[in-house]
Amino acid sequence: MSEALTFHFDVDGENFTSAGQASVQVKKNLRQLGLTPEIIRRVSIAMYEGEINMVIHAGGGMADVTVNEDTIEIVLTDHGPGIKDIDQAMQEGFSTAPDSIRQLGFGAGMGLPNMKRYTDHMHIASTVGVGTTITMQVNIPK
Amino acid sequence: MDTYEHSVFLDVEKCNGCTTCLKHCPTEAIRIRDHHAVINEQRCIDCGECIRLCHNKAKRAVCSKLSAMDRFKWKIALPAPTLYGQFDNLDDVDYVLNGLLKIGFDDVFEVSAAAELVSAYTRVYLKTEGVKKPVISSACPVVVRLIGLRFPFLNDNIIRMLPPMEIAAMLARERAKKQHPELSDDEIGVCFISPCPAKVSYVKNGFGGYRSLVDVVVSISDIYFQLINAMKHSDDLPTMSSSGMIGIGWATTGGEATAIFNENYLAADGIDNVIRVLDQIENGNIPKLEFIELNACTGGCVGGVMSMQNPFIAKARLQSLRRYLPVSQNFLSKEEEKYIPEGYFFNSLPTYNPISRLSDSMAESMRMMSDIQKLREELPGIDCGSCGAPTCRAFAEDVVRHRADLRDCMIAHREELEQYLLKKG
Repeated sequence: MSEALTFHFDVDGENFTSAGQASVQVKKNLRQLGLTPEIIRRVSIAMYEGEINMVIHAGGGMADVTVNEDTIEIVLTDHGPGIKDIDQAMQEGFSTAPDSIRQLGFGAGMGLPNMKRYTDHMHIASTVGVGTTITMQVNIPK
Repeated sequence: MDTYEHSVFLDVEKCNGCTTCLKHCPTEAIRIRDHHAVINEQRCIDCGECIRLCHNKAKRAVCSKLSAMDRFKWKIALPAPTLYGQFDNLDDVDYVLNGLLKIGFDDVFEVSAAAELVSAYTRVYLKTEGVKKPVISSACPVVVRLIGLRFPFLNDNIIRMLPPMEIAAMLARERAKKQHPELSDDEIGVCFISPCPAKVSYVKNGFGGYRSLVDVVVSISDIYFQLINAMKHSDDLPTMSSSGMIGIGWATTGGEATAIFNENYLAADGIDNVIRVLDQIENGNIPKLEFIELNACTGGCVGGVMSMQNPFIAKARLQSLRRYLPVSQNFLSKEEEKYIPEGYFFNSLPTYNPISRLSDSMAESMRMMSDIQKLREELPGIDCGSCGAPTCRAFAEDVVRHRADLRDCMIAHREELEQYLLKKG
């Protein structure tokens, strides 16, 4: 068993053009590791949605990706407003994004549901006023 | 093994090993070794950026001379619509087409005319049930190769329709055989007059399993002066052109996309923009779109490195040339516009090739990447290119892959030297 690889990214807040850069970089790294296109796509979509969320709601945050031989773990940490009702937030179409953001084409309420759909495991820990940590896992089939 | 034959050629004598192409290659395919550029053929997508940027004219597109057509009995020219944008005060495409006959061609088939058929059938295709949206154009060979190599998930979005050049070649051959049944296939030569080096590679290599019907590709810049001398003003010019606004519009970005008659399209150009758009489509974060047109060159095909003119000037000229033309001259009947003929499709794309993979084994790849990460921390991070790699990151990869020596980093090496001198002093 080889040592786990970790990648750390700071996600810049308030800037949509740079949002998604971490996911592009992770995609490059996973390609170099020789993972299948399917796995790479799932990780990059989950990362991308998470990054956009952090930009819209939390003014940025951090993304940490850990690659083991059998699983990829993504931890997104922010110090934003936190999520009041996680079950509600997980519903498709539910969004608290302001109109200004929706006009940009974001805030369709698909972020969290997509993150869940494209990963094998997802856990949200959030405290209102403190911040949110989302942990996701994508298993690598043997 | 990738046996793809490229069309970018390096003149070693002229290359002084500057870092211009190195820094701008979108796939990081170039390294400087022994004071000159070396192209990694597996990574090269023939986008022509290095040809465009080289100050020393050391990078060139390899294509044929017009004399390569001498071996054919019946010579057909396929002018790209970009060609029409290369001439000042041109008010009629027929001057160009008649000029092509004067310089030795027996027939001319406009690629723009074929493009109008492709546009008509793309509209049919978009309405076909089960088609994966957004549909991505297959016209730019650089984009198709890029998707094949790097974005395998978007493979199914590419429209499996042959590009206009290929349709033009097919129809031109059919016309030749009809007019001259005595000609054998080998006696008919089809010559594409191209702004684009990637078309040269496409013709040489085919497309997945498809073999091109074009025999020879010459560059617009190569025939330009010969052609312009043959384009004489005349009042009784035979009418030859059969393309409309749509066909000529294909030469510039947005021309192909607007011809689908649906506002839900995206048209992007410039290879870096194209890559960014593809990354975003792959993440699924795009508005609902029907069609995506991507051109590796800024401005579209008019920006090809084998053309003569500034792409924006060429575009302005095409705008005035198009102005009084009919929208389209494809002359398809209502019935014909319902089905796409079988011969217009190709089957397979270049296969996904994870060229950037560090090792065949995941465990080994992980170990290597961990080494790369550690090494990057030691490197200055200023991406100066003096080591011969485009970035410090790429250099770290090269070192870990044993393709470069850590001492090639001038800055790290200087520090080492200073330490040594200090100790000695």
